[in-house]
Amino acid sequence: MNRHLISAADLTRDDALLVLDTAEEMAQVADRTVKKLPTLRGRTVVNLFYEDSTRTRISFEAAAKRLSADVINFSAKGSSVSKGESLKDTALTLEAMGADGVVIRHGASGAPHRLARWVQGSVVNAGDGTHEHPTQALLDAFTMRRRLGDLDGRRVTIVGDVLHSRVARSNVLLLATLGAEVTLVAPPTLFPVAVGSWPCEISYDLDAVLPKSDVVMMLRVQQERMNAAYFPTVREYSRRYGLDAPRMARLPEHAIVMHPGPMNRGVEIAAEVADSVRSTIVEQVANGVSARMAVLYLLLGGSEPAIGKEVPA
Amino acid sequence: MTAYLIRNGRILGGEAADVLVRDGVIAAVGRGLDAGDAEVVDATGLVVLPGLVDLHTHLREPGREDAETVESGTKAAAMGGYTAVHAMANTDPVADTAGVVEQVWRLGREAGYCDVHPVGAVTNGIRGEQLAELGAMADSAARVRVFSDDGHCVSDAVIMRRALEYVKAFDGVVAQHAQEPRLTEGAQLNEGEMSAALGLRGWPAVAEEAIIARDVLLAEHVGSRLHVCHVSTAGSVEIIRWAKSRGCQVTAEVTPHHLLLDDTRACGYDPIFKVNPPLRTVDDVTALRHALADGTVDCVATDHAPHPVEAKETEWAEAAMGMIGLETALPVVQEAMIETGLLDWAGVADRMSFAPARIGRLDGQGRPIEPGAPANLTVYDASPRRAVDPAAMTSKSRNTPYAGLTLPGRVVATFLRGRPTVLEGKLQ
Amino acid sequence: MNAAFREPGSGRAADGPGAKAVLEGPDIRRALTRIAHEILERTKGGDAVVLLGIQTRGVTLAERLAGALEEVEGRAFPWGSLDVTMYRDDLRLKPARALGRTEPPPEGVDDRVVVLVDDVLFSGRTVRAALDALNDLGRPRAVQLAVLVDRGHRDLPIRADYVGKNLPTSMRETVRVLLAENDGRDAVLLGPVAGTAEEDE
Repeated sequence: MNRHLISAADLTRDDALLVLDTAEEMAQVADRTVKKLPTLRGRTVVNLFYEDSTRTRISFEAAAKRLSADVINFSAKGSSVSKGESLKDTALTLEAMGADGVVIRHGASGAPHRLARWVQGSVVNAGDGTHEHPTQALLDAFTMRRRLGDLDGRRVTIVGDVLHSRVARSNVLLLATLGAEVTLVAPPTLFPVAVGSWPCEISYDLDAVLPKSDVVMMLRVQQERMNAAYFPTVREYSRRYGLDAPRMARLPEHAIVMHPGPMNRGVEIAAEVADSVRSTIVEQVANGVSARMAVLYLLLGGSEPAIGKEVPA
Repeated sequence: MTAYLIRNGRILGGEAADVLVRDGVIAAVGRGLDAGDAEVVDATGLVVLPGLVDLHTHLREPGREDAETVESGTKAAAMGGYTAVHAMANTDPVADTAGVVEQVWRLGREAGYCDVHPVGAVTNGIRGEQLAELGAMADSAARVRVFSDDGHCVSDAVIMRRALEYVKAFDGVVAQHAQEPRLTEGAQLNEGEMSAALGLRGWPAVAEEAIIARDVLLAEHVGSRLHVCHVSTAGSVEIIRWAKSRGCQVTAEVTPHHLLLDDTRACGYDPIFKVNPPLRTVDDVTALRHALADGTVDCVATDHAPHPVEAKETEWAEAAMGMIGLETALPVVQEAMIETGLLDWAGVADRMSFAPARIGRLDGQGRPIEPGAPANLTVYDASPRRAVDPAAMTSKSRNTPYAGLTLPGRVVATFLRGRPTVLEGKLQ
Repeated sequence: MNAAFREPGSGRAADGPGAKAVLEGPDIRRALTRIAHEILERTKGGDAVVLLGIQTRGVTLAERLAGALEEVEGRAFPWGSLDVTMYRDDLRLKPARALGRTEPPPEGVDDRVVVLVDDVLFSGRTVRAALDALNDLGRPRAVQLAVLVDRGHRDLPIRADYVGKNLPTSMRETVRVLLAENDGRDAVLLGPVAGTAEEDE
């Protein structure tokens, strides 16, 4: 059985810290003239993308290439998948190509779990349905640590569509592992009914939470939620849960504003907030490559993965 | 026809006695019966039960013969100790006319392993819009008495009311698949901690409970019989208990899998555990066991739902819903109800034979083991425990959720009107 | 040798059965002072010299050497650290390990005389990895190698320019360098094979 990174819960505290420390070293490579390491020479990484996500795919691609891995991009559009090939048959094809690692983005929650049972290589979840996006959580934690130092006891507020957000799920799990105190803020319709069992606080009142936040992370409002009675209108959502300049002013002076992108400017985040010095949105992109390099190195660099977990039967 | 002497078996798990079977009926029950020319089946230490009756079986024929046929499904039923099954209507074409139900009934007769009682669709094409010709199906050779749009809920309150009223004319019953459609659009897994953690669209208990609440009130209002398919939540149990206390003519079934498995099984996203209604919480499982024990839930029905391999070797959301269950029903019920002390074997005989036969209005099935009754019998060895092997299933499909699980018991023999369909654990 | 993947803080305080100290604290100090003089002599005053210690104990030695050079010349010498983990040829033989810092001095390495510093020279594979790593950092005018102990048994055509002590060993023996900053005391220990996975290089 191989180890994979499918859920942020697959990482112990030591694992998570190892990834963040490794990412810190990887980040240095970006500042050098030769932005490349020979570490994964001869390893094959397949980017298996069933959903369009240019930013995540190029981030993983850059990470794998900086580590000298051979990268095969396999996107569902215009491939055998669009001709009705099943995930299992695609998995067997990848297996025949000798993929050491498979990075998968899929619209169905749990697709990476399924894939992991059909391939020998390590599976990295690059976002599955409304389940998880663990490397996003890692790059977020990495960004927070670079700005604020140790995350133990830091107060992180995550605002938006928690119910459908893989970013929120992974962040809650990882940040809890790292000792941060997470508060989720959303209208009640956008919380899972069992959110009470998660290792975090919940609130319906953004203004009350902001003054106590070291980090505020705004989640994207998906277009399809806007027409499904989760909230009356976009304008009302924005008024109650959007981050604008007056709200930002309620944050402590050191606090940072994050967004996993792509943003809806004027909906969950005002343009002046997104472009302010507190915003880490551009850093998050650069940090994404470092965090993913760390994950790929720790999973594929040695004789066996140094992090991650086996999938349950 | 050969006569059989089932020697020294524990009748309904009680005192040991011999059962002599001759000419399709039970000729005698007693100690030390003379075998005469009868073939002796040694049942020492084994339990003798009335042949099991399933109110809820998907035989898939016509339309999905790659998953199951009437023949393969009734063979599986016989192996599971069943002597009668109700074949659900959601075939292709749908069993919504006398022609289709008669075809299924005839296929069952020809196969000869188990009585097949077709369930008629409540509405044309199980689309929930217009009543099917319920009377024609009732009057057909198949003598349909149970009507269900199973797989779909008869969600329109007016259609449901009319169906409940209409079937009174021929003592029929509407078996409702209770699932409020709007609350379960795209639903994947019981809405709770597991669905929240796994990021699977929640399937709220209330979607089942709201329909059951409405339907028991409708049934009471029009004075009709209502049967609730595959009850899966503690809340549903409460509503049914309340309805029965008011004198509503409501009956209910629970599946073996809802008596044994809970939603934590979904943790690896293996769609073998994807089923409709979904696996619920441990608390629901406990409530269902107690409801079956105290009779609030009247019977066990398998909801045997065969699917080809490729329908399950997919992402969770893509996968078909359902599990096979005919061959494991009795072992699962033993594990969930007997081993826990909640039911004795007489209770199992009631919940798996007498009660479902009563609900389905079957004359020759689910009768006490006494002289003169049709010889529909199951001989069961409760002692061995073994791991469930999907490859060893008689069903055409392999989608059992119990693979690798160790379950007790084994059907040794099944008699259908005096003829063994299973003997020494082997299909005859 | 690179000890980056050793258990941190294990300290090597137990010398192990049969291990004997071949160098003690004062010997190490004298060896480093001598190397400092040799560097100045070979590089004609050491104007362009940058010391790069190979993680972990090489870094400590580089810092000490910089101190020794400063003592002689009365000016600071740039020094930094180099982690070669991701350039190693035995990466695939063990699970991926934690990385050490690579922190060249702010002056960089371009057009400098880089003196790589390590504790033990054995197979030469670590030094090969270091040369590759250095190549990605810039283009030094020259690269030299300083080691505290050369124990022989090279697998590659690599030799040291500055050696604290040549220590003839058998393949079965282990050589361990202890440094106060890392291990609580200074010593070089020669011992029989302990049978652990922590064999040098």
